[in-house]
Amino acid sequence: MHPGSAFFIVLRRMRAPLILLIAVYAVSILGLTLIPGVDAQGKPTAPLSFLHAFYFVSYTATTIGFGEIPQAFSEAQRMWVTAIIYATVIVWTYAILSILALFSDRAFQQALSAGRFKRRVEHLAEPFYIVCGCGETGGKVLTALDKMDARAVAIDLDENRLAELELEDFRSETPALAADAAQTQNLFAAGLQHRFCRGILALTNDDQANLAIAAHARLLRPQLPVILRVEHDAIAQRMLAFGATQTINPFATFARLLALAIHAPALYRLHDWLTGTPGTMLAATRDPPRGRWIVCGYGRFGHSLVAELKREGMEIALIDQYAREAHGFTMVVGSGVEPEVLRAAGVDRADGLIAATDDDLTNLSIALAARVLNPEIFIVLRQNQQSRAELFAALQPEMIMAPAEIIAHEALARLTKPLLPDFLRAAEAQGDDWAWALQSRLRIELGSAVPLCWQLSIDDNVATAIVSWIAEGRDVPLAALTHDPAERERRLACAALALRRDETDTLLPHDTTVLSVGDQILFVGTAAARAEQELIARNRNVLHYLVTGYEEGGWLWRVLTKKRPERL
Amino acid sequence: MNFEKVVFGFFIVLAATLNFGFFIGDIDRPELHHIYELFAAIIVNLIATVLKFGDRTQIGAIHLATSLVADLQLIAAASVWAIAVHVTGEGMSPMITASVVSLSGGALLANIVSLAILVAETVMMRR
Repeated sequence: MHPGSAFFIVLRRMRAPLILLIAVYAVSILGLTLIPGVDAQGKPTAPLSFLHAFYFVSYTATTIGFGEIPQAFSEAQRMWVTAIIYATVIVWTYAILSILALFSDRAFQQALSAGRFKRRVEHLAEPFYIVCGCGETGGKVLTALDKMDARAVAIDLDENRLAELELEDFRSETPALAADAAQTQNLFAAGLQHRFCRGILALTNDDQANLAIAAHARLLRPQLPVILRVEHDAIAQRMLAFGATQTINPFATFARLLALAIHAPALYRLHDWLTGTPGTMLAATRDPPRGRWIVCGYGRFGHSLVAELKREGMEIALIDQYAREAHGFTMVVGSGVEPEVLRAAGVDRADGLIAATDDDLTNLSIALAARVLNPEIFIVLRQNQQSRAELFAALQPEMIMAPAEIIAHEALARLTKPLLPDFLRAAEAQGDDWAWALQSRLRIELGSAVPLCWQLSIDDNVATAIVSWIAEGRDVPLAALTHDPAERERRLACAALALRRDETDTLLPHDTTVLSVGDQILFVGTAAARAEQELIARNRNVLHYLVTGYEEGGWLWRVLTKKRPERL
Repeated sequence: MNFEKVVFGFFIVLAATLNFGFFIGDIDRPELHHIYELFAAIIVNLIATVLKFGDRTQIGAIHLATSLVADLQLIAAASVWAIAVHVTGEGMSPMITASVVSLSGGALLANIVSLAILVAETVMMRR
């Protein structure tokens, strides 16, 4: 439905009642101007004039009823007025009921809310992201964006999901539309061409719809970052053919992380620590063992896992309902819930078990059965539905794979701090010892709770003070951003992880690095440190103190004290 | 034949003819401009306006605009008449008659535009 159509629907539906209303008024007024009246002596007088007739019909029709004004009526007038009373009450009731019926009409309500949504999006005056699909994943993304003080616009097919979102206590209001995000006009209404639109997340559970959204974005806003959830490889290939879009396959992502955890535990922990929910403590779990693994369920997730585990050189036993071709591993047919099947797969000799079916209760049963047979086994559980989180936590598996959470974390990281995924990839190349050393150093400086990661770009929007200093030909070292504005010698609880300049990344840039306009820096630290850093980047006086060690003061102060600003 | 079009055309033409009927005659002679004709013109004009509601084409929008202009002019004429006869008690003097009739003349012009659009729309239609 076209977003501006509510008004036209009202006009169209009100045609019949309004015409009837006009007709009844016309006949009533006409009659009163034709029927003669009577005076106190019983002599006939002239009928009402048009003004009097209109006045009389107006108040009678609205059932106000002042009596017979301007003078008592004749019998003929009274008969006519009786007819007027019934006729007008009926048409008014009809008109009002038509309006009421219209307001409870579904199509009309959708048109109304679509119009409201479009206006709210048009009036957004700060950067925002479009989130298509507000299921478990989309909901998590919206909540996280809200926590990060970033605005979002939501589209979902299901009104009930949007209603649930409304109940969540968002700090800033999130315009939401119940419509098909794969439709061009709905994407336009959501602000695809809005100048503040900073990215699109296609997170619906329909790969085809996500593909359509990506196609729209690529054609209409080629520069806009697009992040897609995708669960089938064939669709992923088609999406990658578009070019700059990014796809997230939760199964492949998790399988890669599991492999990372097996061959480089320190890197995996660094990854976990940097991408976790800020403020939470990471549980100290054991590292996934090398050796014999059992995978239950050989679907999309199972395939990704087996491919990664094979690459790590693990011995694999597979349990699946249907017999499949087994290339280099044991295959047992069954669901995995039955102890015999687990035993046949060698559960008592296995080091790890992955319950990877798409049914949560089956996964839980498999894990419980396996624990009984082998209490030491390392358990990885796939959790499909968010509502089962407590059940899964109660079982205390070593790792939980929740697709919604993985997609939400990845999507947010790539959108709001694109340097972080690149940093983590570069870290993998540095090796496990490097990661271990870095993480121990950072944990000493920042504490063990999951820190905040953020990206600062040296541009006119954020770092106004730094940009103007550089424009004046002065050098600003990176150290100015990592020290306390109140006491220059003390470090803030933050560290620079990476610096991107002209497409090349520097890992762990040194404090003496001189900043230049266009630099992107990835920081890790506390929320307080981030707030201080924003102040430094924006405030000339604070920056002056941190770079030179002297207070600059205002223009008037400088004139009064005849002091020239220090030159470096 | 489309019955909706018949009704639509009927009301537009009737609005213009009634308006014309009231307007025609020496401008300052009240006996040549019957007040019932003005009343009928207002009612038919209002109905013609409502009939144009909800048409989202460009032509529909112009139709609605001309109709609204005609309504405005005719209601202004009726208000002048009501004030002269009932409020100031001046009655239908030549001056008042002239202003009532000239206001209805403005409405007539708007109605003629409406007619022209109706004719143009009909001619453009190839079916």
